[in-house]
Amino acid sequence: MATYHDALSALADPTRRRIFERLAGGPQPVVELARGLPVSRPAVSQHLRVLKEAGLVVDRQAGARRLYRLNPDGLGALRAYLDRFWDQELAAFKAAAEREQGEEGT
Amino acid sequence: MTVTDLAVRKSVTVEAPVDKAFRVFTEGIDRWWSREHHIGAADLEHAVLEPRMGGRWYEIGVDGSECEWGRVLQWEPPSRLVLAWQINGSWQFDPTLVTEVEVRFVSEASNRTRVELEHRDLERFGDAQEQIRTAFNSPGGWQGLLDSFAQAVAASERDDP
Repeated sequence: MATYHDALSALADPTRRRIFERLAGGPQPVVELARGLPVSRPAVSQHLRVLKEAGLVVDRQAGARRLYRLNPDGLGALRAYLDRFWDQELAAFKAAAEREQGEEGT
Repeated sequence: MTVTDLAVRKSVTVEAPVDKAFRVFTEGIDRWWSREHHIGAADLEHAVLEPRMGGRWYEIGVDGSECEWGRVLQWEPPSRLVLAWQINGSWQFDPTLVTEVEVRFVSEASNRTRVELEHRDLERFGDAQEQIRTAFNSPGGWQGLLDSFAQAVAASERDDP
């Protein structure tokens, strides 16, 4: 059973986040996912394995291809993503507010 | 916190007065919003939050296209802001989906503000998924297509046994 922390740390990697976001658009095979990403196909497969172990994606064999999609229990996955999303945004907001405050003086 | 908790809660302390923090968060959103976080096909040029009750919250792409994110539901400067987040799990604007992002600005000192953010009603993403499932199961959805397919097969069997 994958934990919340597994999901968060799996999504901490920007390439995995991009793969995860792409899969939100629908199931895709590795070759399709690798297209347009600045990493090799084996690297994409490796990222998918991490996402799968974290419970964020599932795969199935479709003919000669293996299709990956978001875990249908996707609420947890989406929630994990949003958690990470707001961490990033609040950190950026804090930096901006403090920078502007510093420029104006106290 | 578990995966079944249907809200995301965050807090950050900012070395700035409360009114400043509120202003940067709202009017100044374009100065800090991550360029990675956009839903349009085009790269993000500007993030916009119209600083008033009912104001729009949206992105402008480098090609000039606009994509809605939601609305300002509560506007209580400098202490509270509630935004509607209407982006679904497929990263598209969905006017029927409303999840709320409440942001509270708590003054801790003249030059320090605690900002608490809660993104709640995440179960509504599930409702939206349920609606999608229902749509697929409606006469116009997959079942309808399969029925048409079955009828077409039966008809061709009759015509060309």
